[in-house]
Amino acid sequence: MAKTIIPIGPFHPLQEEPEYFSLTVEGETVVDVDVELGYNHRGIEKLSESKTYDQVPFVVERICGICSTSHPYAYVKAVEDISGCTIPERAEYIRTIIAEGERIHSHLLWLGLAGHFLGYNTVYMWVWKLREEILDVMEILSGNRNNYAMFKPGGVRRDIREEDIPFVIKKIDSIVKTLDMLKKAILDDPVLHARLKGIGILKREDAIDYSALGPTSRASGVAKDVRKDAPYGAYDKVEWKMIVTEKGDVFDKVVVRVLEVFESISIMKSCLLSLPKGPIDANLADIVPGEGIGVHEAPRGETFHYVRSDGSNRPTRHKVRAPTFMNLPTCKSTVIGAAIADAAIILASIDPCYCCTERLAVCRIDGKRMMNGGELIRLSVEKTEKLKKEMGRR
Amino acid sequence: MSITLNALLKSPWVFHLSSGSCNNCDIEVLDCLTPRFDVERFGIKLAGSIRHADVLLVTGSCNRKSSARIRKIYEDHVPRPCVVVAIGECSLSRGLFIDSYNCPLPLDRIIPVNVYIPGCPPKPEAIIAGVVKLIQRLKASV
Repeated sequence: MAKTIIPIGPFHPLQEEPEYFSLTVEGETVVDVDVELGYNHRGIEKLSESKTYDQVPFVVERICGICSTSHPYAYVKAVEDISGCTIPERAEYIRTIIAEGERIHSHLLWLGLAGHFLGYNTVYMWVWKLREEILDVMEILSGNRNNYAMFKPGGVRRDIREEDIPFVIKKIDSIVKTLDMLKKAILDDPVLHARLKGIGILKREDAIDYSALGPTSRASGVAKDVRKDAPYGAYDKVEWKMIVTEKGDVFDKVVVRVLEVFESISIMKSCLLSLPKGPIDANLADIVPGEGIGVHEAPRGETFHYVRSDGSNRPTRHKVRAPTFMNLPTCKSTVIGAAIADAAIILASIDPCYCCTERLAVCRIDGKRMMNGGELIRLSVEKTEKLKKEMGRR
Repeated sequence: MSITLNALLKSPWVFHLSSGSCNNCDIEVLDCLTPRFDVERFGIKLAGSIRHADVLLVTGSCNRKSSARIRKIYEDHVPRPCVVVAIGECSLSRGLFIDSYNCPLPLDRIIPVNVYIPGCPPKPEAIIAGVVKLIQRLKASV
């Protein structure tokens, strides 16, 4: 049968970010998938080399608006790894509270968008209405709905006021009630079962081979979570359990995310109730030469930051690896063989975040290298030099 | 008042174009459509295709790859009359990314912009206020 290529994107209403998918189909079946990125590349790693250690959290916060806690968290952990300092306990708790609040809003956001992709706009509207409540909580705690600016190397920038805590706890309790209703409505819906069960299966072996991270791997039965494997913050001081399911289809990914929201709420609540007193900033001295890594379990999986210092006030190298970078290739094993109608939800089921993943590539078209102005000048200078040599001139 | 402009003022359909943003502004745009803010009561609706849109909501610091596409979309694909709303600090002035090697021009040097909504990200209230101001200005101009 003849193959057809269906282009999706780069600017399309399906997802909010620009990215280009080409689906090769035979009849109704997808036989190949390819993704082209680069519409979001802003050169963050290079940019952060021009900022001081205290300014970089604001840069990495804007890698991705949904993970605006994960990147600063991993970055400050990398810087603290270089300097080897211990940060105050209260700061650890506040960091955990903010990180879990972000996980709740990110999972709810994904759940709403998944409903939208399936044509269940009711789910989209209900869940996003609920998401506003957690954004209110974050606004009270940090002063902003999305970019929290709470993190700094050595501690946090803003304390949680004692008088806010009862209101916040009341608010997140009210979320649990609505979410319980939603959970029953979503997970017991026969249409959603028919639509999501058994499609886009990521097998356990594939999840390991592709090094899938976060809910994508946990839905396939790979119990991998930085918060449990290498506890940091207050994650080893409060009770919570890792959600792992076995089948690896899209439905399981929904289940993992919905149940994780409940866990996050319970972590957030117990952190707020047992918030220790004390300072919130270790007042980090100058950063010594060296290198450090920081990992944080973002809503989509493990975020990895590497920072190298030469003793000055700016990082000399800052490397970011976002979870979608590892999760996106799993589409090769999940989408191929599926029907076109299922492709949208399978591609979305890893909760992709392309602005985290953006890389820059110098590409060749038809085997010819594309050149910029500087390279043309270099070639011109080289030719002159060569001619000079040939003609015996200096 | 021409009939097209009259229809546009009653119910502006928006298309949301991300030109290399961090997602925050895009999510706040989507937030405007959900129950708490619900801009559909003003007739504002998210259009599925660029060819149905009256208003372009552009977010993000236009990078080298997307700016050529944005110019093409604006010049070839959008039906006229079309108004352009720049949302967020990045599309206004490139904000934090002004020193980046991949963000050469702000949005208003690529396509003409009618309304600027500052903020990183602007709150949904600010976006709604911006669109309302746009409608008022269009009404005054005719």
